[in-house]
Amino acid sequence: MTENKGVLIYGELVSGRLSSTTTELLGCGRRLADQLKEDLCCVLASDAVGEAPGQAIAFGADRVYAVEDSALKEDQADAHVQVAEKMASEASPRIILMGQTPTGRDLAPRLAFRLKTGLSTDCIDLAIDPETKLLQQTKPVYGGNAHALFTCDIMPQIVTVRAKAMTPLEGDDSREGDVIPTTVDIDTSVIRVRIVEKIKEEVTGVKLEDAPAIVSGGRGIGGPEPFKTTLKELADVLHGAVGASRPPADNGWVPEAMHIGLTGKIVAPDIYVSVAISGASQHIAGCSGSKTMIAVNKDPDANIFREASFGVVGRYEEVLPALTKKLNELLAG
Amino acid sequence: MSEINMIVCCKQVPDPEAPPSAFKVDTAANSVTLPPDIKPVIGQYDEFALEAALRIKDKAGGKVTVLSLGNKLVRDVIKKALAVGGDELVLLEDDAFEQSDSWSTAYALATAIEKIGTYDLILCGRQSSDWDAGQVGTGIAQLLGVPAVTLARKVEIDSGKAIIEQVIPDGYQVVEVGLPAVVTVTSELGNLRYAVLRGIMAAAKKQPTVWKPSDLGLDSSQVGAAGRHTKLVRLFQPVKEAKCEIVEGDSAAEAGANLALRLRQAKIL
Ligand SMILES: Cc1cc2nc3c(=O)[nH]c(=O)nc-3n(C[C@H](O)[C@H](O)[C@H](O)COP(=O)(O)OP(=O)(O)OC[C@H]3O[C@@H](n4cnc5c(N)ncnc54)[C@H](O)[C@@H]3O)c2cc1C
Ligand SMILES: Nc1ncnc2c1ncn2[C@@H]1O[C@H](COP(=O)(O)O)[C@@H](O)[C@H]1O
Repeated sequence: MTENKGVLIYGELVSGRLSSTTTELLGCGRRLADQLKEDLCCVLASDAVGEAPGQAIAFGADRVYAVEDSALKEDQADAHVQVAEKMASEASPRIILMGQTPTGRDLAPRLAFRLKTGLSTDCIDLAIDPETKLLQQTKPVYGGNAHALFTCDIMPQIVTVRAKAMTPLEGDDSREGDVIPTTVDIDTSVIRVRIVEKIKEEVTGVKLEDAPAIVSGGRGIGGPEPFKTTLKELADVLHGAVGASRPPADNGWVPEAMHIGLTGKIVAPDIYVSVAISGASQHIAGCSGSKTMIAVNKDPDANIFREASFGVVGRYEEVLPALTKKLNELLAG
Repeated sequence: MSEINMIVCCKQVPDPEAPPSAFKVDTAANSVTLPPDIKPVIGQYDEFALEAALRIKDKAGGKVTVLSLGNKLVRDVIKKALAVGGDELVLLEDDAFEQSDSWSTAYALATAIEKIGTYDLILCGRQSSDWDAGQVGTGIAQLLGVPAVTLARKVEIDSGKAIIEQVIPDGYQVVEVGLPAVVTVTSELGNLRYAVLRGIMAAAKKQPTVWKPSDLGLDSSQVGAAGRHTKLVRLFQPVKEAKCEIVEGDSAAEAGANLALRLRQAKIL
């Protein structure tokens, strides 16, 4: 049996470039590989990998396996898992890192169960135990109410990593590494899910993940309208976007794409204004990386005040328009 | 197609919506404890999965078998699945199932599903409300060799296939998959219906089928803590320093305006 060595990242592309989560994985993977004094390699599999392999090297990879195949055009986990399984056996890494993204969530359990190894999803902290060389995998559990540290002594050790939990390196184009074009025979007959159509739900304005400021509304908002008026007006003053906790999305007040939290989007803006949100751990999981959190809630005992740096206790219908108006004056003046 | 056989995997968990302050960690036992007044529930996403099955049953008929693995499962809690319209309850219940991880859970559930034998659709929650792993559904599919579709917000059966609306970033896609298949369900599917009195009474009379590892042909090294692939080294609560500055005013509106001034003064804006 070959010895398992090195760290392998299963990367993701967005329009021919590395996704931001992949650059985060590379930053984290580099650190782990250096600790182990082993290599960091990255698999990039798509119908066209474009300039992403070079980018992956600039962000820390020693070696990039570039797999181009038209069968990878649609994001089908049953196709990707074949690539991941082949690369796992060929590169025989000690550790495989993936993003806790829609793709990674779908792919990682398939891979782990096929390889009969363990998996920790949604990790926020990874370290190498200097004695055993095992990967210490920390992830929030119980909706974020506790953290658990896992290890796995079956190789490879597989984890998915939460978005924005790791810091990418500065991209450095002078870094050297190898790009290895690789062919994997993808058996399309085992892709048993057929995609009939894709429906995009329009979200206008600034993208949540990129917004410098987010004004987020919860169940206490009471209906769809205020998301377009009261909350939107404040977001506009802050040049930010409007988000939501899960109940507004479940109730159809806002599109699912606006839902922030453990099972929604993970955001880390400079300013996060939480409005009529109680502060359940599962919601905080999606916004705890924000630089400054501000809470408006009518209940002085709401848990959100344990998370926020600034707060106002009061009905948002009264607090928000006054806040928006005053900010407008201050920022204009 | 003849009657559709559905299996819904439901896990009993501590109420995930209990206030964060209620969650404590027993570091010696490496487990989470909650005050006794906080009752266990069926995992939220598992309830959505059950609702998906019941909607299919409403429309096309069929049989819904609820499958749960654990130990000392509270009958009143898990029987809710029958009260709302589930037909049968199969419990994998034994001391040996304690401290299962995603691997040993999926392994035992998949073995039980094979023992049940007839199944067209296996429904799971997208993730359990305690370990938040999101692995068991897909894991069962791998072990049984059937396809899996994750994050369903709508599931329908049509001419022997499942038609699923699957949540993707910024929208959803409609996918089609042959049966049998595993589908994991997300919150937008909608809440589980309430139990009606007749359902509650019927559920009270039904006896669950209880299987131990030996009933599944598994020995104790394959289940629970012994069958794990991951080791839980440490469970802990990160320390949080309470530091919220409450901005006040004579009225809520004035407090809002004062907040703007304070943020400006603190150079946050
Ligand atoms: C496994 C799992 C995953 C989950 N994932 C997520 C997730 O990703 N994201 C998420 O958000 N939730 C998630 N949840 C749900 C989460 O547990 C909470 O139920 C949810 O976040 C509560 O939303 P909320 O704060 O908007 O509503 P509530 O908890 O109902 O709070 C409403 C708040 O509004 C305040 N309020 C009411 N009226 C006014 C007013 N006029 N002015 C000011 N304040 C007012 C109230 O005081 C209250 O604090 C998940 C749950 C589980 C079990
Ligand atoms: N002990 C269990 N009994 C029954 N179903 C379970 C159990 N554990 C997990 N599941 C199912 O698998 C889904 C995902 O669980 P997990 O991988 O633990 O996040 C849950 O939503 C349940 O539908």
